[in-house]
Amino acid sequence: MKIIIIGCGKVGSTLAEELCEEDHELTVIDTNPQKIQQLSESLDVMGSCGNGSSIQVLSEAGVEEADILIAVTGSDELNLLCCLIAKKVSQCHTIARVRNPIYHKEVHFIKKSLGISMIINPEFAAAMEISRLLRFPSAIKLDTFSKGRAELLKFKLLPEFKLGGMKVADIMEKLRCDVLICGVERGGQVFIPSGDFVLEDQDLVSVIASPKNSNLFFKKIGIHTHQVKNALIVGGGTLGFYLAVILSDMRIKVSLIEKKRERCEELSELLPTVTVVCGDGTDKKLLMEEGLAHAESFVTLTNMDEENILLSLFAKKVSQAKIVTKVNRIAFDDIVDGLDLGSVIHPKYITADYILQYVRAMGNSIGSNVETLYHILDGRAEALEFAVREKSSVTGVPLSELRLKDNLLIACINRNGVVHIPRGQDAIQPGDTVIVVTTVRGLNDLTDILKVR
Amino acid sequence: MNFSIVKYIIGYVLAFEAAFMALPCIVAVVYQEREGWSFVITAALCLLLGFLLLRRKPENRVFYIKEGFVTVALSWIVLSVMGSIPFLLTGSMTNPVDALFETVSGFTTTGASILSDVEALSRSVMFWRSFTHWIGGMGVLVFLLSLLHVKGDGSHINLMRAESPGPSVSKLVPTVQSTAKILYIIYIAMTLLEIGLLLLGKMPLFDALTISFGTAGTGGFGIKNDSMAGYSVYLQVVVTIFMILFGVNFSAYFLLLRKKFKQAFSMEEVRCYFLIILVSIAAISISVKDMYASFGEAVQQAAFQVGSIITTTGYASTDFNLWPEVPQTILVLLMFVGACAGSTGGGIKVSRLVILVKTIKKELHTLLHPRSLKKLKMDGHTLEHETVRATNVFLIAYVLIFSFSVLLVGFDGHDLVTNFTAVASALNNIGPGLSLVGPIENFGLFSNGAKLVLIFDMLAGRLEIFPLLLLFVRDTWKKF
Repeated sequence: MKIIIIGCGKVGSTLAEELCEEDHELTVIDTNPQKIQQLSESLDVMGSCGNGSSIQVLSEAGVEEADILIAVTGSDELNLLCCLIAKKVSQCHTIARVRNPIYHKEVHFIKKSLGISMIINPEFAAAMEISRLLRFPSAIKLDTFSKGRAELLKFKLLPEFKLGGMKVADIMEKLRCDVLICGVERGGQVFIPSGDFVLEDQDLVSVIASPKNSNLFFKKIGIHTHQVKNALIVGGGTLGFYLAVILSDMRIKVSLIEKKRERCEELSELLPTVTVVCGDGTDKKLLMEEGLAHAESFVTLTNMDEENILLSLFAKKVSQAKIVTKVNRIAFDDIVDGLDLGSVIHPKYITADYILQYVRAMGNSIGSNVETLYHILDGRAEALEFAVREKSSVTGVPLSELRLKDNLLIACINRNGVVHIPRGQDAIQPGDTVIVVTTVRGLNDLTDILKVR
Repeated sequence: MNFSIVKYIIGYVLAFEAAFMALPCIVAVVYQEREGWSFVITAALCLLLGFLLLRRKPENRVFYIKEGFVTVALSWIVLSVMGSIPFLLTGSMTNPVDALFETVSGFTTTGASILSDVEALSRSVMFWRSFTHWIGGMGVLVFLLSLLHVKGDGSHINLMRAESPGPSVSKLVPTVQSTAKILYIIYIAMTLLEIGLLLLGKMPLFDALTISFGTAGTGGFGIKNDSMAGYSVYLQVVVTIFMILFGVNFSAYFLLLRKKFKQAFSMEEVRCYFLIILVSIAAISISVKDMYASFGEAVQQAAFQVGSIITTTGYASTDFNLWPEVPQTILVLLMFVGACAGSTGGGIKVSRLVILVKTIKKELHTLLHPRSLKKLKMDGHTLEHETVRATNVFLIAYVLIFSFSVLLVGFDGHDLVTNFTAVASALNNIGPGLSLVGPIENFGLFSNGAKLVLIFDMLAGRLEIFPLLLLFVRDTWKKF
């Protein structure tokens, strides 16, 4: 597809990097010639220097033939204007980043009246992600499928679960619940386990299930799954504000620590149910005073990555809380991952991810039968959702009789709105949607899951 | 320096050269010449070497500008060395330096020959000589990029940047591969058009092919001893037009294809290029009008020579060695001007001259208004300081190499005009010079040492100096 990206900041360049890898034709626009130069030297993209809301710049970038235009500059209004102008001269889909909380409530109105396909608010998206993690503290990562009817949860296998050394098939037999272990990460390697795969302690295990069943599963293996009751947030920026709103709505007791007096006053006006504490979040004594030792969750959202990481390490030492750390800089993510901080949130990554999902879904709707595509297990495997429209070689046959490719699992079948985990005797029927987890790339049709004879 | 990826790409280049050699083999079969075997042997050798280099896939595919420059420079050297083998095997030449000179002259689209009797060559060798022009014109690595799909990051643009001429190389479309493809499609289409038009003028197929290759690459190897003088006026006019067309920046053709006529016709470089051509033709026609039967013929001859020299092709339809001083001087000056950036021609390039003139204007402006601030613009876009700086440095390096080469070639003891124009014609990839290296003479008179200097000049001219100079820096060959 032909894609134009306006704004080459962190989100813009992350997007360009990912989309370039997927063989799209990219044109990037920025007012800063150095950024353009840098990006077009490291990626196979065409750079164009200028203001993205200028029709001349846009048509030089080929907006008339573009399929998607993504506006991710630092300014909300500019992003909206870019989309608006592009829409006037072209049939392309438009995506804008709009982060000002003032527009947040009116986002649906703006989308509809300006004809924008997608509006993304990075802070709100990050806050949603964090809130999902707090709702399910044992999971390190959580993705949803089929409009929320199925979940993919990643958790660490601890010795107290007493599952280490057991085969996947035995575990299923022992626990008797409708979940599927669809991915295991061990020491940098990724496995798609079959029935006789043996789990080990410290593995990062991903399971897929409906929300109800996943709760049951975690209860059975002995993880307390209930959502946290309270949260201690450090940093009262926009992200902190959104998070506090969402958590308060979930009836979680929130304490928010913010350094600036004026901001504290503003926040306490906006958030009457939240305890706003004015003070330095890096003050050990203050944290202990606010009850860090007994907090069930601790979220660090200051603007300094180093500060966030240090605070989280400290919290890990003094409490049992579920810890979520915000890290802005992506470059050293392998180092950060090595620190075992629990859940790490990269807001820019989340924004880029959301947009990518949209672009992929669009690309897929043109060329193949894939409904949605997620990169899971650190991007080394894919979860694809296929819609089964007609009869084919895979429908009507019990799954145990299909000769599936290696490293491929049929993770769940969604029939008439009910998600269930398929067993050997189940068969795919027309009308279903099927989620396939695999490390094999480039599947375009459901029949591609079979081994080629 | 990531040597494994450099080796790997050179392996590909060798494999492509083997494929290119299939064409002279076909010619040899058609004309039933035994020389075809030399090409088969060389192609097999290329394949073998290429296979050895390709066998180990590089683990590290990281590719920076330095790797791009070194790969391009080494590829061209390897290409020339392997390409010269058929000349020796067929016995067309006995001196290896001569064979190398002839091949480098071919690939760099210079067209300077050491042969006194071109017509004595066999058809397949003649074909290969001209075909090297066609490959070298647009560049072998650009060809490679158009066929190979390189996934992931876009660092392979560095290969294109090192091979394509001009002060700032940019893509026509977002991906390198499609850009390379578009360039080659335009190139092939125009070559085919010329072949067709030449055939219409009753030129034999073999002549039409070789001469079109020479025109397209702006090379200039003739297949007749008198270059183009023997052909009809129609054929000379067709070649004149195509020489000039191949010297135009290919971006202009791309804009035309995209129906952006206004943008295409307002490109400053292209306008300037045509202006220089028209003025030169007018000036020369007036000063040589007494030497030809009619003014029309004078204009036609002037146009052919001007087109040939400014695009750095180097065909000749008349012996301009016999022309008076003024038109000769104009031709020598045109040698340095060269064609447009992003074309197949050589020389300093019109766009560089435009930039240089603009900097001079700016300097004068700052002398008048010392505190004024002025940004240079070209085609409505601001010229970055970096581009201007690179242009200045290029000119300095160019002048230094030129002067030093004239000095070295001077040790052979020929007259100054010969030495000066020989170096100018090598460094600008033209072909003929004046005096002893005039259009009906050849470069055979130089010693081996002087020939090596000229070989260096030809490569330096085609690759725009810096890729080649980088090979002489010690740090280039170190891992850190």
